[in-house]
Amino acid sequence: MKKIQLIYGLAVALTCVIIVKVEAQSPKAKYGTFALVNGTIETVTQGTIASGTIIISNGKISAVGTNVPIPQGAEVINCNGSRIYPGMIDGGTKVGLLEIGNIPTATDVTESGEINPQMKALTAINPNATVIPITRISGVTTVLTVPDGGLLPGTAALINLHGYTSNQMYAGFEGIKVNFPNTGRKGFFDRRTDDEIKTASEKALKKLNEVWERAVQYHKVDSATKGKGIGYYPEMQAMLPVVRGKMPLMIEVNAQKDIQAALKWVSEKKVKKVIFMGVTDGWREAEALAKANIPVITGPVIAIPNRDYDRYDQIYANPGMMKKAGVKVAIRSDEDGNGNYRNLPYHAGFAVAYGMNKEDALKAITIVPAELFGVDDRLGSIEVGKTANLFVCNGDIFETKTQVSHVFIEGWMMPMVSRQTLLYDEFLKREPGLNKH
Amino acid sequence: MRKLFLLILFSSLLTSAWAQVERGNVLIKNGTVLTITKGILENTDVLVKDGKISQVAKNIAAPAGVKVIDATGLYIMPGIIDAHSHIALDVINENTNAITPEVSTADAINPFQVIIYRALAGGCTVSHALHGSANSIGGQSITIKHRYGTYDPDVMKMEGAPRTIKFALGENPTSHGRRDGLQPQTRMGVEFVIRAAFTEAKAYTEKWDAYNKSKLVKGFRGAPPAYSYRYETLADILKGKIILHCHSYRADEINMMLNVCKDLGIKKLVFQHTNEGFKVAPEIAAAGAMASVFADWWQYKLEVYFSTAYNAAILVRNGVVTSINSDSPDLIRHLYHEAGKTQKYGGLNDEEALSLITINPAKQLGIENRVGSIEVGKDGDLVIFKNHPLSIYGVPQVTLVDGIVRFDREKDQADMRLFADPKEALDVTLHKSGHDHDNCMQGTEFLFGSFDSDLD
Repeated sequence: MKKIQLIYGLAVALTCVIIVKVEAQSPKAKYGTFALVNGTIETVTQGTIASGTIIISNGKISAVGTNVPIPQGAEVINCNGSRIYPGMIDGGTKVGLLEIGNIPTATDVTESGEINPQMKALTAINPNATVIPITRISGVTTVLTVPDGGLLPGTAALINLHGYTSNQMYAGFEGIKVNFPNTGRKGFFDRRTDDEIKTASEKALKKLNEVWERAVQYHKVDSATKGKGIGYYPEMQAMLPVVRGKMPLMIEVNAQKDIQAALKWVSEKKVKKVIFMGVTDGWREAEALAKANIPVITGPVIAIPNRDYDRYDQIYANPGMMKKAGVKVAIRSDEDGNGNYRNLPYHAGFAVAYGMNKEDALKAITIVPAELFGVDDRLGSIEVGKTANLFVCNGDIFETKTQVSHVFIEGWMMPMVSRQTLLYDEFLKREPGLNKH
Repeated sequence: MRKLFLLILFSSLLTSAWAQVERGNVLIKNGTVLTITKGILENTDVLVKDGKISQVAKNIAAPAGVKVIDATGLYIMPGIIDAHSHIALDVINENTNAITPEVSTADAINPFQVIIYRALAGGCTVSHALHGSANSIGGQSITIKHRYGTYDPDVMKMEGAPRTIKFALGENPTSHGRRDGLQPQTRMGVEFVIRAAFTEAKAYTEKWDAYNKSKLVKGFRGAPPAYSYRYETLADILKGKIILHCHSYRADEINMMLNVCKDLGIKKLVFQHTNEGFKVAPEIAAAGAMASVFADWWQYKLEVYFSTAYNAAILVRNGVVTSINSDSPDLIRHLYHEAGKTQKYGGLNDEEALSLITINPAKQLGIENRVGSIEVGKDGDLVIFKNHPLSIYGVPQVTLVDGIVRFDREKDQADMRLFADPKEALDVTLHKSGHDHDNCMQGTEFLFGSFDSDLD
């Protein structure tokens, strides 16, 4: 009897020790060799593999297939009944620049002045931003962080959502953002007169032209002087890779007239690499966009139509209509107001519900943005040799109720917690409840 | 002669209040009926007669002359209800005083807004057209039916719906106080403003009670107290005649309001936004108060920074009658998707998730006997979905209000405006989703300097 009590007591004590240990542990990402077995693999570029295996080692995908040996010492994760997707890529966020929307001291989105191509998002990205774990545990592993405000708000940066410094997070792409001059009213709240709007947009276009001419001149001088340039001119130095076609100009443009003007501008200025962003009226100019071979990053898809007289589902249908006309389409969430970049798959899902092909919609949040950012040799699909950015979930990732169970970023297995899940754990059954005693 | 005149006046008033509401007859055949309150009925018909659901059964024979809609392979659910919206209103903030219960959004209804049609295209048939949140005690609000097509603001009103009023706590009223150099500038001030207003209202009622009592005494010659619609309204809240909808975010202010209402004996209380409701869910449940929340909004200001998308699920599991609202001209078009998020965040089942946008908001507006489920005797407000409404692929096909088809995806003509402004010369476009933040401060943007302020 005493023996039993002793064993029981020891067991209880042991359990307590284990519980304490587990609870005291701050969750960390885990690096190593992983074997994801028996999963349905959505490779994106090479079809779907039923009951397949993925081996992750040294941060990369080292094997994919149905007949893959499991390396010794690998941590095996049974993905039976689950699907495995490449990490989703959101081409329009303010991750790391914006902590709390309406508090100026908690945002680093907008620098003073109109012409700021030299302002680098990568500099100001906070690796410990609350939104990072919230976003990545939903399967979005990579985002483009974009400054905003003014004509040239700054240089956007592609980052993986894991790391303790921006150097660790950088995913190998930067691009310069342009807010193309807007010729229309921005909505009911825009109380400027017609003349004021016209003057403002003409002035902005003039300024944009000046910046471009100057950048071209700077490039010529810089080339002629073999890089010695004409003294310190950071704005123009930042523009050099764009003029030389080594970095794209990312032009935010939405209304039809503005898209027409931007197409004309890009062609006149012979800008070598261009991505259009937003493009909510893209369906109206889809053929022109396709003909000009300009890719788009459109979104938010779950959004109200541009005009009162547009069809109610126009923005939902926009990605599918552009794709059908032959435009290369990536989808972004652009949900910076609510910090809900985690809704990226729902934006793609709505595009499908309103006409886009399902495969194209999946590509629009994986391989297409990877191609636009020139990182498709590393990201955007599940292929041998690519960076191990992927996630496991229990169904179609577009479906609202689908749960993500595992996320890997550059081969690191992420802890599946965020402040929002911690609050759930604490408050589902709050202690004390209604009565303290 | 005078009597005849009064009779004509009275009957014309009556006509303006009720007569123009159109009610239809329709038979929807062979759908999967999501009744919400009575389970799921496969291959079932729903018959609507004179605007009311008259039969829910298999193989109902179509009465002569009744329109028949084939719902084979489709889902039929009750019209979606939004307990927090500002659509169909020209203005939402009175904002001239810390307390303005004397105004009502019912006087600002604009039936021409195309967003009403877009809400229907998302299956939403009833919304609570709320006053804004710029002041602690805002204005009375109106429950409307999305009878898009009418030119008459009165036809938009849901006849017989209980009176409601908007209160507001936290950052919005205090930021206005700071701007004006008036109370409230803190959450302490908000409580004081509310308690002081009710104290005044009680004194007002006592004066009138005393006067009305003395009036009965023969030979009484005193003058009546001054009439105040402001205090009449507050007195009606105390008497339980008005449902109090309280804009709130943080747990402490929710708890404060529960204490205030307990002290004042106010029982009909619904919290709006309630982002930190999950922290005081046991208290909300014990008080019998309800909560109307966003599915996943956070980050746009400090008081939503500590939110969680699991809020709705925690509230439901703690026994709080909870709804998911829009507060947005975008979200009102896909509340079915917003409700679906509670399945990802907290694992609510289909019935629980759909209740958040049907019977629960109906309870919060006091109209649960009229709408919010598919039951005989209820209004013929119905939505026919292709694919399950909680699926991302769910697409509303037909929406009916009072048995009248108000949206039909196949017959949509793109431009569905009732009224086009001939003076509109410039292209007016919107390039944001419109769900960046709570819209309760709409109409006060100019106070914050920039027209695209984050505070609208």
